[in-house]
Amino acid sequence: MNTTAPISETTSKRFEIWVANRTNLYVGLGGLAILVVLILFPFFGGTPWTRRLVDFFALLALAQFWNLMLGYAGLISVGQQGFIGIGSYTLWLFADMLGIHPFISVIFAAIGGAIIALPAAALVFKLKGGYLAIGTWVIAEIMRLIVANIKRTGGGSGVTIQAASKLGTSVRVPGSYWWALAAAVIAIACTYFLLRSRTGLGLKAMRDNDLAAESMGVNIWRSKLYTYVIAGAGCAMVGAIVAIHLLRVQPAAAFSVNWTAYLIFISVIGGVGTIEGPIIGTLIYFVLRETTAKYGEWYFIILGLLAIVVTVWSPAGIYGYVIRKTGFYLFPLQRKVRWLAGNGKRAVVTAGEGGAS
Amino acid sequence: MDWINAAVQGILLGGLYALFAVGLSLVFGTMRLVNLAHGDLTVLPAYVALMLVNAMRFNPFYSIPITMVILFIVGYLLQRGLLNFVVGRGDIAGVIVTFGISIVLQNALLLGFTANSQGLDAGRVENLSIKINERLAVGWLPLIIFLMAIVVITALQLYMNWTKMGRAFRAVSDDQEAARLMGVNTKHVWAVALGVSLLIVTIGGVMMGIRTTFDPLLGSQRLIFAFEAVIIGGMGSAWGTLLGGVILGVAQTLGAQAFGSAWSILVGHVVFVIILAFRPQGFLAKTVTA
Repeated sequence: MNTTAPISETTSKRFEIWVANRTNLYVGLGGLAILVVLILFPFFGGTPWTRRLVDFFALLALAQFWNLMLGYAGLISVGQQGFIGIGSYTLWLFADMLGIHPFISVIFAAIGGAIIALPAAALVFKLKGGYLAIGTWVIAEIMRLIVANIKRTGGGSGVTIQAASKLGTSVRVPGSYWWALAAAVIAIACTYFLLRSRTGLGLKAMRDNDLAAESMGVNIWRSKLYTYVIAGAGCAMVGAIVAIHLLRVQPAAAFSVNWTAYLIFISVIGGVGTIEGPIIGTLIYFVLRETTAKYGEWYFIILGLLAIVVTVWSPAGIYGYVIRKTGFYLFPLQRKVRWLAGNGKRAVVTAGEGGAS
Repeated sequence: MDWINAAVQGILLGGLYALFAVGLSLVFGTMRLVNLAHGDLTVLPAYVALMLVNAMRFNPFYSIPITMVILFIVGYLLQRGLLNFVVGRGDIAGVIVTFGISIVLQNALLLGFTANSQGLDAGRVENLSIKINERLAVGWLPLIIFLMAIVVITALQLYMNWTKMGRAFRAVSDDQEAARLMGVNTKHVWAVALGVSLLIVTIGGVMMGIRTTFDPLLGSQRLIFAFEAVIIGGMGSAWGTLLGGVILGVAQTLGAQAFGSAWSILVGHVVFVIILAFRPQGFLAKTVTA
C-alpha cells in the first residue's frame, strides 16, 4: 500500500509523490481481518442474518459500480436496473435451460451484461448529461419489454430458478452470500485499481474538465466505455446473485427503476466519487430500511427527500464531510506531493479529490 | 383501411406527446436542466383536476383553466424554492434532485390516491367521433388534443418572439451571465419557465385523464415518451417536438397493428433507438449543444 516513488531529482526542489500513509496500512490490515470474519460469517451467523447480508453486499456492489460511473466518469445512469434484470434472466437461461450450475452461471451473467453494454454504450453516448440519463432508462425499458413479451421467459409473471431451489437452503444461502461478498469486493477492487491506473487518472481529469483532459490526450470515449461496460457486467452479476437468492425473477421487479432509486440514495448520502461513500450509504440505507420499510410510500418519500436535501445543501455527502474535517481516506486514491526542499520543511500539497457536484 | 386508421390514431397521439415534450424542451432550453420529474408532473394535474371536480361537481373541462393556474404556481414555487439551487451546477445535481422529486411525488400520489386507476368523467364527449367511413373514425377528444398541441406550440412561439419574458427566455438560454448583466432576473425567469412548462403539460395531463384513466405510476413512461419526442424532433425546436411526437405515436400505433398491442411501446422505443443511431441530432434541430 505504501507506494512512494521519487520522481525528479534534477530540479532545485526535490519532491516525491505518495498515495498512502502508515495509517492506511493499519486500516488495510484491519480491513483484511474484517474480511476474514465476513468470509467465515455463514458458519456462525445464522441464516436470517446471512440472508440480510446478501442484500447488503448486493446493494453495496451495485452502488460501487454506479458510483464508478457517476463519481469518476461523469456518466449518470438511471438505467442500471436493465443490467440487473438481464443478469437475473441470463442466470435463469444458463442454470435452468442449459443446466449449468447456478453458481457458475453467475459468471456467464456478468459476461452477458458486458456484451449488452457495448451496443447500449454506442447508443446512449450520443446523448449528454441528463438526456443520457433518460437514454439509459430507455435501454432498460427496452430490455424489460422484450423479456416481458416473450412467452418462453414466462412473460409478465416471470420464472422460478428451479436449479437454485434444488440446491437446498444449506447450500444456496451461504453460496449466494459468498457470491454477494465477492461481488462487493470485486466492485471495490475494480474501482480502486482502475482509478489507480493510467485510465483512472484520465477518468478523474475527464470528470473535472473533459475538454482539458481530451487536449492532454485522454481518450474520453474509450474511458467512458470501460466504466460503462464494467458497470454493466457488475450489475448483471449482482442481478444473477439476487436471482439465486430470491429464487423468483419477475420483469416488473428485476427491471424496476426502484433499484436506481436505492443506488442514487446510497451513493449521494454516503458521498459520490469516493469508495467509502457507498459503504456508509449502504449502512445508513439498511438502518432506514429495517426501521421504516413497513411504511411503504413514506419510506420512499424519506429516501427521495434525503437525496434532494443532501444534493442541494451538502453535495459531497457524509464522507465528503469526514474528509473535509480529517483529510483521511480509507482508500487513498489521490496523489500528494511532498517537497524535500533544503529548509527541512515538509509541505504537503494534495491534489483535488472529492465528489462531483 | 385498418392501417390508415392506425396511422391516423398515431398522428393524433403524437399531439399528446408533443404537449408533454414541449414542456420538457422549454425547461432544458432555458436552464439546461433535464427534469426527470417531468412525467410525474404530467400526472399531478390530473389529480388536481380530480380533486377540483370532486369538490365543485362541475364538468372536468372547466377544471382545466383552474388547474393550469395552480400548476403554474406549483412550478414557480418549485423552481424558486428548490431547483434554482441546482441550475448551473452541472447535469448531475439536476438529475439527482429531479429524480428525487419524481420519487417523492409518485409516492405522495400513491399515498393520497392509492395505485387504483382514476378517471375524469366528461360525459358523452368522451365517446363522440367523426365517422369518415365504416372503418375510419376520428375521436373528438384525440382531435381536440392534437389541435391544442398546434395552438400551444404556435402560442409559445409567439410568446418567445414577441413578449419581454419570451426575450428573457431566449437571452438566458443563449448566455446566462450576459443576460444577468443586462438586468434579467434569471431566478425569476427560470421560475416562470418551469411554471409555463407545467401549465402546458396540464392541458395534456387533464385531457388524457378525461380520455382514459390514470394512476400515479404513469409518470416514468410519459417522461420517456416526451424525451423520445424531443430527441427525434431535434433539441430546441418546438415544431420538432410535434414531429417527434407524431413519429413516435405512429410507430406505436402501427406497431400495435402489426404485432399486437403488447408490442406497441417497444416498437416506439426501437424506432427511437434507430433514429438516435443514425440521426442523433434529430430532424429539426436548431442547436447542436446538448
